Amino acid sequence: MDGIAKPREVRLSTTPTPETLAALQLGDIVTLDGLIYTAREGVYMRALEDGANIPMELPAESAANFHCSPAATIRDDGSFDMGAVTATASFRFAKWLPEWFDKSGAKLIIGKGGMSSKDYKDYFVPNGAVYLSTVGYGTGALLGRGIEKVEAVHWHAELGLAQAMWVIRACNMGPFIVASDLAGNCLFERENAKISAGLDAVYEGTRPAVLKRFGETDDRSDELI
Amino acid sequence: MIPIELIQTTAADLMAKAAIEIPDDYHAGLKQAAKTETGPLANYVLNAMLDNYAAAKLDRCAMCGDTGTPRWYIKMGNEARVEGGPVALEAALRRATASATTDIPLRPNRVHPLWRTDHNNNVGIGAPEIEYAFEPEGDWLDLITVHKGGLFGTDYRMLFPSDGIEGIKRFYLDSLVAFGKRGLACQPAIIGIGLGGCKDTCMVLGKRAACLRTVGDVNPDPKIAELEAEFKELGNSIGMGAMGFVGKNMVVDCHIEAGYCHTGGMQMSVHAFCLSSRRAVARLFPDGRVEYRTDPDWFTDYQRRETVEWTG
Repeated sequence: MDGIAKPREVRLSTTPTPETLAALQLGDIVTLDGLIYTAREGVYMRALEDGANIPMELPAESAANFHCSPAATIRDDGSFDMGAVTATASFRFAKWLPEWFDKSGAKLIIGKGGMSSKDYKDYFVPNGAVYLSTVGYGTGALLGRGIEKVEAVHWHAELGLAQAMWVIRACNMGPFIVASDLAGNCLFERENAKISAGLDAVYEGTRPAVLKRFGETDDRSDELI
Repeated sequence: MIPIELIQTTAADLMAKAAIEIPDDYHAGLKQAAKTETGPLANYVLNAMLDNYAAAKLDRCAMCGDTGTPRWYIKMGNEARVEGGPVALEAALRRATASATTDIPLRPNRVHPLWRTDHNNNVGIGAPEIEYAFEPEGDWLDLITVHKGGLFGTDYRMLFPSDGIEGIKRFYLDSLVAFGKRGLACQPAIIGIGLGGCKDTCMVLGKRAACLRTVGDVNPDPKIAELEAEFKELGNSIGMGAMGFVGKNMVVDCHIEAGYCHTGGMQMSVHAFCLSSRRAVARLFPDGRVEYRTDPDWFTDYQRRETVEWTG
């Protein structure tokens, strides 16, 4: 629809200064320049639980952790073929984040769906970090255009291609949406609250199931994550 | 006899088409959604998705980095014969899935549930799924691949006749609201609803309703068609849009499929076929002709037959 307010667009380094992070507002659209690495459960478990040495200088080389597995392959000659990249849902990784922030000095956590405002306040705020969400969530082809080069892939033999630590050189890579700020506010919770206000009217004329389930809630403002 | 080599090369082509090219019906549905979306963030997201479809086609790149869990639906006319028989057919589909995963590339999503073993080719125990159906006439073979996302947006519940339409609506809304928050369902989606059957067939019906019917298609039962329209509107009245942002587009279309169930029950499943509604279809003939299309045309009168004898 035409005439709709457009969000603000910001270009950001993957080793951002505290000042640039402080200027970000919920709902801003961000594109990134610099090195980004992928790390999800496989990398977290290997680095934090198995104590393996992280094969990069963090955060000097990159302060941007992408919860992502790319659609990519390693060619026979050792080079890489990376197609689309898309984030995976981040809430599942909360338990590793405190220790990961300590070890990696990450300032940007990039993923799908964000985390809770409690996670932001407990883990992100003390480390001066913010959360960026991918858009859609399927803008994999657009994000692929922002990849200047695949610099390396670490631990693919141990973890498989989907869980490996991919190191990407980004150039104006995006779009991403700012989903938390340095005060720990959560974009998704803000939107949930607005939507929840109208849900009772939507549910009029419906009825709860006659057979209940353990743990069931009728509070529609609750989240599953 | 349909040549097995033709099946394998066509299957590999279909894998790429599904991953890269958004089907026309869904594309039109999303363009319509973008026109009507007044939520600023949701509107931004829909337009970014439209840009993304264009970029994927132009760059011959998968539209989404999570390329889902590739599977096959096979339909054969009663007179169709495959060179090498059904075992050769299954081998060809597994080979095409594996080679396409490397060649496109797709994300090697399929791992062992316990040991997380990844063959890096989307092939393993029970993967890709291969499902079959038959039609009374024809010597052709339809290859349909669907790469549905695999984590969020689907649920099942055993309801009972006393739950009625009010109970069906409740579970439908619950599924949309629960998985719509933060956009976990990657909406707006084609929502498929399975009603009846047994627990497993209810899930199968709903998934097929989401993945094998196109945007704009209606159920031939006029009362179910009415429900489909009502549910589409109901889903879009939640106040939620893309990514769970304030908006008015959750449901690009709603499809309901019914199956006869236990007299005491009313099984229900809800499935969301996401913003990357990946499906591609080809019909193969014994003379080597291949006709590509995006409408699976799965739910024919024969597939929905109710009587003992088929008199169609």
